[in-house]
Amino acid sequence: MDRRRFLFGAAPVGLATLVSAGCARGTATQSHSYAPTYFRPPEWEFVLAAVSRLIPADGPGPGAIEAGVPEFIDRQMELPYGHGSYFYLKGPFHPESPVTLGYQLRYTPREIYRLGIEAANAAARASHGMEFARLEAARQDEFLESLQKGQLVLPTVPAPGLFGQLLENTKEGYFSDPIHGGNRDMVAWNWIGFPGARADFTDWIDQPGVKYPYAPVSIGGPRT
Amino acid sequence: MTSPRRLKSVDAVIIGYGWTGAILAKTLTDAGLSVVALERGPARDTSPDFEFPRIADELKHAIRGDLWQPLANETVTIRHGLNDVAVPYRKYGSFVLGNGVGGAGVHWNGQLWRASPEDLSLRSRIEQRYGKKFIPPEMTIQDYPVTFGELEPHFDHFEKVCGVSGTAGNLRGQIKPGGNPFEGPRSDEFPTPPLPGIFSAQLFEKATAELGYKSFPTPAANSSIAYTNPYGVRLGPCNLCGFCERFGCFLYSKASPQTTILPILNGRSNLEVRTNSYVTRILLDNTGKTATGVLYVDDSGREVEQPASLVVLSAFQMHNVRLLLLSKIGAPYDPASGKGVVGKNYAYQMCAETAAYFSEDVEINPFIGAGAAGQRVIDEFNSDHFDHSQLGFIGGSLIYAGATGGRPIDQMMVPPGTPSWGAGWKAAIRKHYRHSAPLGTQGSVMSYQDRYLSLDPTYTDGHGLPLLRMTFDWHANEYKMAAYSASKMEEIVRAMKPDKQATILMRPGNPYDVRIYQSTHTTGGAIMGTNPSNSVINRYSQSWDVPNLFVYGASAFPQNIGYNPTGLLAGLAYFSADKLRGAYLKSPGPLISS
Repeated sequence: MDRRRFLFGAAPVGLATLVSAGCARGTATQSHSYAPTYFRPPEWEFVLAAVSRLIPADGPGPGAIEAGVPEFIDRQMELPYGHGSYFYLKGPFHPESPVTLGYQLRYTPREIYRLGIEAANAAARASHGMEFARLEAARQDEFLESLQKGQLVLPTVPAPGLFGQLLENTKEGYFSDPIHGGNRDMVAWNWIGFPGARADFTDWIDQPGVKYPYAPVSIGGPRT
Repeated sequence: MTSPRRLKSVDAVIIGYGWTGAILAKTLTDAGLSVVALERGPARDTSPDFEFPRIADELKHAIRGDLWQPLANETVTIRHGLNDVAVPYRKYGSFVLGNGVGGAGVHWNGQLWRASPEDLSLRSRIEQRYGKKFIPPEMTIQDYPVTFGELEPHFDHFEKVCGVSGTAGNLRGQIKPGGNPFEGPRSDEFPTPPLPGIFSAQLFEKATAELGYKSFPTPAANSSIAYTNPYGVRLGPCNLCGFCERFGCFLYSKASPQTTILPILNGRSNLEVRTNSYVTRILLDNTGKTATGVLYVDDSGREVEQPASLVVLSAFQMHNVRLLLLSKIGAPYDPASGKGVVGKNYAYQMCAETAAYFSEDVEINPFIGAGAAGQRVIDEFNSDHFDHSQLGFIGGSLIYAGATGGRPIDQMMVPPGTPSWGAGWKAAIRKHYRHSAPLGTQGSVMSYQDRYLSLDPTYTDGHGLPLLRMTFDWHANEYKMAAYSASKMEEIVRAMKPDKQATILMRPGNPYDVRIYQSTHTTGGAIMGTNPSNSVINRYSQSWDVPNLFVYGASAFPQNIGYNPTGLLAGLAYFSADKLRGAYLKSPGPLISS
């Protein structure tokens, strides 16, 4: 029972009322300066804009920008993960296989972003006359939804492949230990009540149902 | 082409240095043999590899899987049916493969179960109780050639090696309160007492009691106290740290080869462990009936021949089968004719899950947990513990409550209908994270004529050798079994009175989905049986075809069980080790005439 959780909450997004319908232009900027290593300027603008819609600053709780998610993603691209070293990437490739047989594209995560963002921006220019990052927030949400559902057809990376990569890395950056560059100041852990790397509940085993009182700690941070 | 470097012969070579490799290394070096253990992955030990705080890194270990077998150089290919094209398992999902010293025994959950007595004589039992026609013709289940009574002393010993925490339910035939009344008679108590249940397990305990079920603490290879095992190795108490399965244990609490057996083997002059050594073939003499050693690629990429008088194949289930096929030992299974045995009877497990979402005044504290300790389970609907006559299926499931750490990337639970991103998702994770509990079923999968393992015709590993190909999908029996188990689980969850609950269940029409983690309990392909026409190995895990080859692990299971496999495969290894030392080493040759 090496149980990983099944995909609760993985239902496709369909309800426009659940996302901000504000008319404000998407105004994603990093809250502190970070110069990306992998992403080129137009790609970086796309990443900033996209993650700020996937986990928006709207309402209570930290958004992806505040949590440093873009920095996390950029740093991951420079690691063996970004280069696809964790995956079997030998051909032949059968992307037409049933989805239940898993990832069958030839691309590394770096390639998914490089090819996918270029194609997505081209699609945005064609349909909206401007790149994704320049769209209003509500239009950005619609665009992301069309990527997710595969309503948009991209010439290289399948749109759901780009979206899935983005969403997966965004949640990784939001929830992982701050040593990886995201979850800055443990904002996401504080938001949900996860104590991070405390890893010691000896004195809490016999207090079932009582709220755990200690703030999170991180691998590289102070332990109080 | 350069020929392989040929080394000096040794008495025994071990392929794979995980649980069964360590068990056999101890047995054979105790007997005075010179032993070389070849491990495909790196050396690993509690210090420095599992040290706190760096081990408490969900991304590194539970998502990227830095302790797992890197798939880039070798994976398996998978197809659903006999006429489909198999494609590579390119990213981890459905199951996780071990790598390095300790193997998957490093990052397992530590749920240490014995099989039920009836699991070991399944075909006979079903035929006697329900009639021969109850077993569908395509179902190729068979009895183990060994009984619970024969294995019991070895189950008991392995529990003591691991410092397992639990409560006995059947002590020498006497049913004991608080334990599992369905377990086979045990000769002794568990070596350490259970840890208290985590909160969701306490809610489960109350609900199951109301429904008349007898819940008990999950038998956990997470020691609950400071403990010294029979080899003199010390384990420490588990603190429910929440970084257990998928991680190495920094507390010396979770049993692994490193925390139980290897400390007494390290430094033995008649044992040499060579890491980063990838075995590509078991070598045979010109009769094809005697193994002469193994061929492997060493850590500098050179091909090396290690001659040996005895070969122990103790890699992970899939790798055992692949090496037999690559070495042309035994007849490969042919699903069309049903003939041949290597690769036959691949099986898996079928699981379901119900999430219970409580109101915000119910503090579940999901981050408190371990791979096994603190969890609670019922065994009423597993194995043949219940009457199947009106149900139309064979097998069953454990039903359990058990959070293992509430790690947020991988284990976040939000109710169905929650958007997967955006402001709605962000609000939902806060609302539900601290107040949700997972329950699960873990069910058996039977073996079938059209489910098997073979070499892939197309895809190769980093050395150009064929990958293993898995042909697998669910059969009707398993859909029915899982639906029945899930209905019982849902009833229990209702009695726990959450605000809402939701179940994930594979239903007819849902094919095997490799993207979703389900179970690493893959079994079969080198199964044990009574004769060479129905099996690869005999009751002592000895190859029928090559008697100086012994094969260990869940590859021996003729069909799968609803329990976790490590207790059974370790019991089979110790049972074999006794016979190896007591009989085989004195007079090498077939232990059972075929």
